[in-house]
Amino acid sequence: MGNLFAALTLGHYLALGAVLFCISVAGIFLNRKNVIMLLMSLELMLLSVNINFVAFSRSLGDAAGQVFVFFILTVAAAEAAIGLAILVTLFRNRRSIDVADIDTLKG
Amino acid sequence: MVISKTHLLLVVLLPLLGSIVAGLFGRKVGRAGAHSVTILGVAASCALSVYVLWQLLQGAAPFNQNLYAFFQVGGIDAHVGFMVDKLTAMMMVVVTFVSLLVHVYTIGYMADDDGYQRFFSYISLFTFSMLMLVMSNNFLQLFFGWEAVGLVSYLLIGFWFKRPTAIFANLKAFLVNRVGDFGFLLGIAGVLYWIGTLDYATAFANAGAIRDASVTVLPGHAWAVPTVICICLFIGAMGKSAQVPLHVWLPDSMEGPTPISALIHAATMVTAGIFMVARMSPLFEMSPAALNFVLFIGATTAFWTGLIGMVQNDIKRVVAYSTLSQLGYMTVALGVSAYSAAVYHLMTHAFFKALLFLGAGSVIIGMHHEQDMRRMGGLRKYMPVTHITMWIGTLALIGTPFFSGFYSKDTIIEAAKLHAAEAPGWVASYGYWAVLLGAFVTSFYSFRLLYMTFFGEERFRHAHADGHGHDAHHDDAHGHGHHGAHEPHESPWVVTLPLVLLAIPSVVIGFLTAGPMLFGTDMLGHHPQLPYFLGAIDLEAARDTVARVGEEAWHGPVAFALHGLTAPAFLLVLAGFALATVMYWWKPWLPAKVAHALALPKRILEDKYGFDALWIDGFAGGGVALGKAFRRIDGGLIDGVAVNGTAGAVGLLAGVVRKLQSGYLYHYAFAMILGLVALLALANHYWL
Amino acid sequence: MSLDFPTLAFLGFAVTAAVAALATIAARNPVHAALWLVLTFFSVACTWIVGGAEFLGIALVLVYVGAVMVLFLFVVMMLDVDLAPLREGYVRYLPVGLVVALVMLVQILALIGVRAATETPLADNAAVAAGVPNTTWLARALFTDFMLPFEVAAVILTVAVVAAVMLTLRRREGALHQDPSAQARVRASDRLRMVRMQAEAPPAGRAGEGEGA
Repeated sequence: MGNLFAALTLGHYLALGAVLFCISVAGIFLNRKNVIMLLMSLELMLLSVNINFVAFSRSLGDAAGQVFVFFILTVAAAEAAIGLAILVTLFRNRRSIDVADIDTLKG
Repeated sequence: MVISKTHLLLVVLLPLLGSIVAGLFGRKVGRAGAHSVTILGVAASCALSVYVLWQLLQGAAPFNQNLYAFFQVGGIDAHVGFMVDKLTAMMMVVVTFVSLLVHVYTIGYMADDDGYQRFFSYISLFTFSMLMLVMSNNFLQLFFGWEAVGLVSYLLIGFWFKRPTAIFANLKAFLVNRVGDFGFLLGIAGVLYWIGTLDYATAFANAGAIRDASVTVLPGHAWAVPTVICICLFIGAMGKSAQVPLHVWLPDSMEGPTPISALIHAATMVTAGIFMVARMSPLFEMSPAALNFVLFIGATTAFWTGLIGMVQNDIKRVVAYSTLSQLGYMTVALGVSAYSAAVYHLMTHAFFKALLFLGAGSVIIGMHHEQDMRRMGGLRKYMPVTHITMWIGTLALIGTPFFSGFYSKDTIIEAAKLHAAEAPGWVASYGYWAVLLGAFVTSFYSFRLLYMTFFGEERFRHAHADGHGHDAHHDDAHGHGHHGAHEPHESPWVVTLPLVLLAIPSVVIGFLTAGPMLFGTDMLGHHPQLPYFLGAIDLEAARDTVARVGEEAWHGPVAFALHGLTAPAFLLVLAGFALATVMYWWKPWLPAKVAHALALPKRILEDKYGFDALWIDGFAGGGVALGKAFRRIDGGLIDGVAVNGTAGAVGLLAGVVRKLQSGYLYHYAFAMILGLVALLALANHYWL
Repeated sequence: MSLDFPTLAFLGFAVTAAVAALATIAARNPVHAALWLVLTFFSVACTWIVGGAEFLGIALVLVYVGAVMVLFLFVVMMLDVDLAPLREGYVRYLPVGLVVALVMLVQILALIGVRAATETPLADNAAVAAGVPNTTWLARALFTDFMLPFEVAAVILTVAVVAAVMLTLRRREGALHQDPSAQARVRASDRLRMVRMQAEAPPAGRAGEGEGA
C-alpha cells in the first residue's frame, strides 16, 4: 500500500466500491422489517457499481464506462419510482410496510 | 371306403350344438325342448361313431387330418385336427353310447330339478369335450379337451351349487386336477422341447431320436429324457384318472347328481388318463423306469382304495371307491405294457360301472333320495329290475367267468403275473399281488353292497323313528317335506331302460370281443386275424405282454373262462363272496362285532389313510399360511417401507425444503447474498 | 511519504461516504436514513468529480439526490409508519449480518487485488488528453455509439412513469371528469328523439299534455 496517500489509483475507487457494496448487503440483511430500508440499500448497491464503472472508465480511457453509468442512473431512477409506487400500493392494502407481513409466497 | 371329415365333425359338433341350445335357450325351448335337442344330438353322434367304427372294421384307413390351423408361432404349429383309428373309434362309441344312455336316464332322475335344462347342456358339453379329447391328433387339442372335461366336471359336481359340500367338492376336484395338469403341461412342453412337435404322428415318428437323451435337472443327476417326459405326462393321468395320491377328489365328486357320477366319474372322464397313456405308448415304451412308476402307482391305487370301499356306508361312495380300484387295475395294465388290456378293461368297465352307478341312482330315487345303505335293506321285492341289473353289474365287476369284466380283468392279472415273473425288482411282484388280492376286496365290498341294499331286514322302516330319516345328502332342490317310511318303488322306464341297455354289454361284450380286440383271433379264438389295435398300439413282440398272455392262455373265450374258474383270482372272488354272505346275510350282527374288534384299522380306512388331511390341511393349509406370510411381507415391507416409506420420506424431505419458501423477501435476498459469497470464494480460488 | 492533494481529497470523501452509508443502515428513523443516504450520494459525487467524471458527478446529485431521494422522502413522510415494531430482530441478526458483510468485503478486496491495484497511479484523463471537456467527451460517445441504448433508456423512463401511475392511481367515486373521446363520439340520436303525435286537441279534462315537440 505504498501509494495509498501518494497517488490516486484504480484500487482506491474499487475499494470504495467494495466497501459500499458490503454495507448495502448488510443493510439488506439487517433491515428486515422495513421495505423502505431495503430500497435504500438497493440504491447504495447500485451506487457502488457505478463507482466501479467510473473508475474503470477513467483507468482505461474508455467512454463506455461512463455511458453505462448514465444508463444505470436512468434505470435506477425508474426502478426506484416503480418500487415506491408498489410500496405505496402495498401500504394502502396492508396498512403496514413490515416485510414480514409480505409472506404470501410462503411454501 | 374313406372316413368322411364331415361325419367326424358332426360327431363332435352335434353334442356341442345341443349343449348351446339347451344352455343358452333353455327357458325358451323348455324342458322337453332341452332334452330332445341334446338327446338327438348325442344319438346322432353315437350312430355316426358306430358307423365310423364299422368302417374301420371293414378296413378303412385311419383318419388323420388337420381341419383348422389355429396358430403358428415360431416353430409351433397348432391345429384342430382329428386322428381316428380303432382305439379312438372304440372310445368314441363308448363315450357316445354311455352318454346317450345317461341323457335318457336324466329325464327320469332330474325330473323335479329346477336346473333341468342346465344339466342337459352340461352333459352334452361334456360329451363334446370328451370327444375332442379322444379324437385329437395333437397334444394341444388333447390338452384343450382335457381341461374342458375338467371344467365340465367342476360345473357338474357343483351342480347343486347351493350346497356347501358340493362347492367344496367341485373345487377340490378342480384343484387336485390342476396339480395333475401341471405335470401334464410339463410333459407336453417336454415333448415340444425335445421332439419338436405337438402333432402325434410326427412326434411318434421322431420319438426314437430322444431314446438315449438325458437331461440334468439337479446337478449331478442325469435323468433320461423319455422317463422325464413320460412321468410328467403320467402325473396328468394321475390327476385325471384319480390315482394315489391325487385320488382324493373322486369320492367327493359323488356330491354331484348320480347320472354324472356314472358318465364322468366312472365311464369316461376318469378314463381319459388311461386313454392318454395308451395313446402315448410309443413314448412310454422307451422308458421302463416310467412304466415301473406307473405300475407302482396303479397297484397302490388298485388295492388300497378298494380297502376303503369296504367301510363305506353311502351307496355311491362304495361304487366310487370301486371305480378308483378299477382305475388302478387299468393303470397296472399300462405299467406292465399291456396297453390293449388296459383300454379293453376301460371299455368293459365303462359299461358295468355306469350300470352300477345308474342302478345306485335308481335305488336312491326309489328310496326318495336316501343314500345311506344302513337305512336300506330288502329292496329286491320293490325294485326287481334294478336288483337284477345290479347283480349283473356286480358279477361283471368282480370278474365272474363269462361276464365281460372277467375277460378284461383276468387278462390284466395274467399280464401282471407274466411281468412279475420276468421283470427284476419288487415293483413287479407288488403289482401282481395288488391286483390279485384286489379281486378278494372287490368281491367283498360289491356283495356287501348288494346284501345291505337288496337283502335282509327292511331297515328303512325304522328310519323315521330315529328322528331324521335322511342324511346330509338330502337334496334341497327336491323340497321333501315329509320323512319316514315311504314305500320304495321301482323307477320309471326312462331310468330302467338304460340299466337294461347297459346290462347287455356287461354280460356279452367280453365274450364277443375278447378275441378280436385283445388277442388277434376271431371271436371264438380259432383263426388268427389282425389285432384290433394294430396301428394304434404297436409294441415290440418281446414287450407285448398281452400278445404273450394270448399265446399262453387264449384258446377261445369258453376255454379262457373255464380256465378262469380254477385260477387263484376266482378263488379269492369266491372267498370274498363267502365272507360277505356270512357277514351281511346269514349273521347280520357280525359286522358290528368285527368293527369293534378291528376298530383301529377301520378308523384308518375311514380316514382314508389321512390323504385328505395331507392335502387339505397340509398342502392347502400350508398354501394359506404361505399366503398369509406373504401378505405380511407385502403389506409391511413392500407397502410399508417401499411404497409408503418412500412417500413418507419424500414428504419429510419436502417438509424440510419447504422452510426455504418462507415468503419473506429478506430470506430470499439473503440466499442470493450467500450464493454471491460462495461465487466470490470460487472466483478467488480459481483466479488468484 | 509524499501527499497528493487529490488523493487526500478522495480519501476524505470516501470515508465520509462509508460512514454515511453505515449511518443509513443503522438509522432508526427512515427520514434520518434517507438524509444520511443523501450525504452518501453527495460524497460519492465528489469522488467522481475528483476522478474526472464531472458530468456524472453532477448528474448523480441532480437525479439521485434531487429526484430519487426527494421521492423517497415524500413516500416516507406520506406513509404513516409505525416505527416500534420495525426494530424487532435487529440485534439478533446483527452479528450474522456483520460477519457476512465483512467476509464479502475481504473477498472482494482480495479479488480486486487491492495491493496490486494501488501500485499504478491512474492513467491520465482521456478527455483532457483529447482537449475536450468531460461532458463533450461523454456526449460524443453517447450520441454516436450508444444511440440505441439511449433511446431505449428513454422508453424505460416512459414506461416507469406509466407504471407508477397505473399502480397508484385511485379513482374516487363521484369525481366528475370529461371524457373527450366520448364527447366527440356523440350522435344526434343520443341527445334527441323525434316522436310522432296526432295534431289534435287532447280530450277534455286533460290540459297541458301531449303537445308535440
